[in-house]
Amino acid sequence: MTLGLIVAAVLAVLAVLFVARPFLREPAPASDLLDEPGELERRRLELVEERDRALLALKELEFDHRTGKTTDADYRALVGPLRRRAAAALQALEPRAEARHERIRSPR
Amino acid sequence: MAGLGRAALLLSLGLVVYALVAGSYAAWRRRRRLALSAQNALLASFVSTLVAAFVLWSALARRDFSFVYVAEHVNRSLPLGYTLAAFWGGQEGSLLLWLMILSGYAALAVWLNRRTRDLIAWVVPVLAGVAVFFAFMLCFVSSPFKTAPAPADGAGMVPSLQNPYMLAHPPLLYLGYVGLTIPFAFAMGALLSRRTDERWIVATRRWTLAAWTFLGVGQLLGAHWAYVEIGWGGYYAWDPVENAAFMPWLAATAFLHSVMIQEKRGMLKLWNMVLVALAFCLSIFGTFLTRSGVINSIHSFSQSPLGGWFLGFIVLVTAFSVTLIYVRLPLLRARTKLESLVSREAAFLYNNLLLVAFCLTILWGVAYPLLTEAVRGETRTVSKPYYNFFLHSFGLPLLLLMGIGPLVAWRRASLRSLGRIFLVPLAAAVVTGVVLIAFGFGSSTPGLLAYTFSAFVAASIALEFWRGTRATGSLLRLVARNRRRYGGYLVHAAVLLFAIGVAGSSAYQTVRERGLQRGQSMAVAGYTLTYEELGARQEANAVATRATIDVSRGGSHVTTLYPGKNNYPVAPGGPQTSNEVSIYHDPRNLGDVFLIADQIDKNGTLYLKALVKPLVNLIWAAGFLFVFGSLVAMWPDAVEQRRLAERYAAGAVAA
Repeated sequence: MTLGLIVAAVLAVLAVLFVARPFLREPAPASDLLDEPGELERRRLELVEERDRALLALKELEFDHRTGKTTDADYRALVGPLRRRAAAALQALEPRAEARHERIRSPR
Repeated sequence: MAGLGRAALLLSLGLVVYALVAGSYAAWRRRRRLALSAQNALLASFVSTLVAAFVLWSALARRDFSFVYVAEHVNRSLPLGYTLAAFWGGQEGSLLLWLMILSGYAALAVWLNRRTRDLIAWVVPVLAGVAVFFAFMLCFVSSPFKTAPAPADGAGMVPSLQNPYMLAHPPLLYLGYVGLTIPFAFAMGALLSRRTDERWIVATRRWTLAAWTFLGVGQLLGAHWAYVEIGWGGYYAWDPVENAAFMPWLAATAFLHSVMIQEKRGMLKLWNMVLVALAFCLSIFGTFLTRSGVINSIHSFSQSPLGGWFLGFIVLVTAFSVTLIYVRLPLLRARTKLESLVSREAAFLYNNLLLVAFCLTILWGVAYPLLTEAVRGETRTVSKPYYNFFLHSFGLPLLLLMGIGPLVAWRRASLRSLGRIFLVPLAAAVVTGVVLIAFGFGSSTPGLLAYTFSAFVAASIALEFWRGTRATGSLLRLVARNRRRYGGYLVHAAVLLFAIGVAGSSAYQTVRERGLQRGQSMAVAGYTLTYEELGARQEANAVATRATIDVSRGGSHVTTLYPGKNNYPVAPGGPQTSNEVSIYHDPRNLGDVFLIADQIDKNGTLYLKALVKPLVNLIWAAGFLFVFGSLVAMWPDAVEQRRLAERYAAGAVAA
């Protein structure tokens, strides 16, 4: 019984120390704010997802065409809009990428 | 030791309450250190729950009957394996298993996704909220650490639980049930943090698949357990608790399909949230049914005070999910629309509607006795014909869709391409149907339809692999490039084997029953069964009585079977008797000769029930393919992981 209680007490102390660890490691941090993606970052993520979806759709279409699921006529009708969508997503991402690279290069 | 167990559970409760309260505040007020501290509390709760579990296992291993739980579930003659498995044989131990798996899963999921801080900040309190409920139940309602003066021996384990499957079936089911908490927590976390992009789906894709696989395998093991142990000749009885595991599996199946539409087309965001919440609520409902004893079932071992608590928790979780989804509706609107009703995504949608409709009809069947008792004061149950009707109504179209879906192109398919693609599978289906009718298998319409549809699906899967291999030049390259798709097809093949096994063993089984004196014979489906002798022997914890039955076919000896009964002098609630069936696996038709000693009179008269179940072994073989297919689908894809790392790299920097 006593041993059990000692083990329980040690466990509790260790748990409290572990839970308090972020405060013990950084007693006075420069910023305690939990970062979250801003509007720009959210928009970037949307565009990246859109780009990935468009590229994946193109890949699927190519594969469906090669395996005979999509006829030549269907392929021709579908591939144009998909390429335009992928290009639009890539283009929309381009200036942001440049801006980010610029930001990284420029001294603070 | 009981004191240590109680203290460890109280510590777990304190930690998860802290993770819930501090985590919610930190996520709301954007406090970084507090959010990390809440994460640490969740991680620490796993360790303290492990300590509690160790205490219980240790008490079971030592057969410390001062623990009420140990005294009620094991005795001195019970083999060690079953003694340790008694951890999940009772209500309190099962709840501890739930909490242990949940806190382990939660710790792992939080650790793996620690870089996505804004999302994980909200996931932590959701996971902690679920853990608070189970930790509270274990501390104050149903503690496994109650003590009392130790009796000389324990009550023992229910005989039907004394089976090797006891070691694997319940933990696997719980790994599945609890696993559904992770996608639920991430989905709710995404709604709370307004991050309804695909991050939560990417984070939980493998969790969902793993939970779904565990649930599937757990159910299959349970079915085999029922088949070899319960002794009624079947493997699924639409028992409420069996249904309780089947429903979340169906909802998770629907989610696994519809989530692909969100990933590929950006559609069905709302529907996916609903499915994740439904699967989780059904997993809690399943635990409630199993553990509350609210519905009579062979799985509900005791009436307990848990019912009201569980019901309250289910209502709370449902209200929370519905409210959150409603509040975030504007974020869940799709930007793209279904282009055609004849397309891969449309096939997925039909599959979803059928799966959810099937799930809800089962839910209605399970809840019906509760509702009639609440409204009319008398319990009315729905039986096998109700479930079989819906199995045929939804299951057969689902089987067919499993063959149609993969063949149809994404976005839209023209009639010309459909005609060309479906030619081979349709021909396979027609030829199969005609051959079956010619050989006299038209006696069962559902059976005939199941086999015809199965031929269609088998041809479509084979065609997919063949065409894909031809396009890429190698089968291995084909699978390696798209593990999820081809792993999925392997799972489809497993479901197909399962369907063929179920149809064969139910629609075309033969059953004979008669009383036999020593030396007498009976004939069943081409076999002759001769009752030779009766004997009894003392086993570790039971007296085993066995009849010796010679099985022959066409005058040639095939095998000898030994059906009988076990008498357990020590069991909970007094001495108990169990049926011990004897089975011959016939390699010719992949079926079984299944013998049950229904009754053995004192004068030696044996009332023998014999079932010949063709193709039944395909059901169990399907399990191996199911696991293999799931593993292929789950296996990490380096190319995809690089793509996702690049996608979320800037997000991680921002977070």
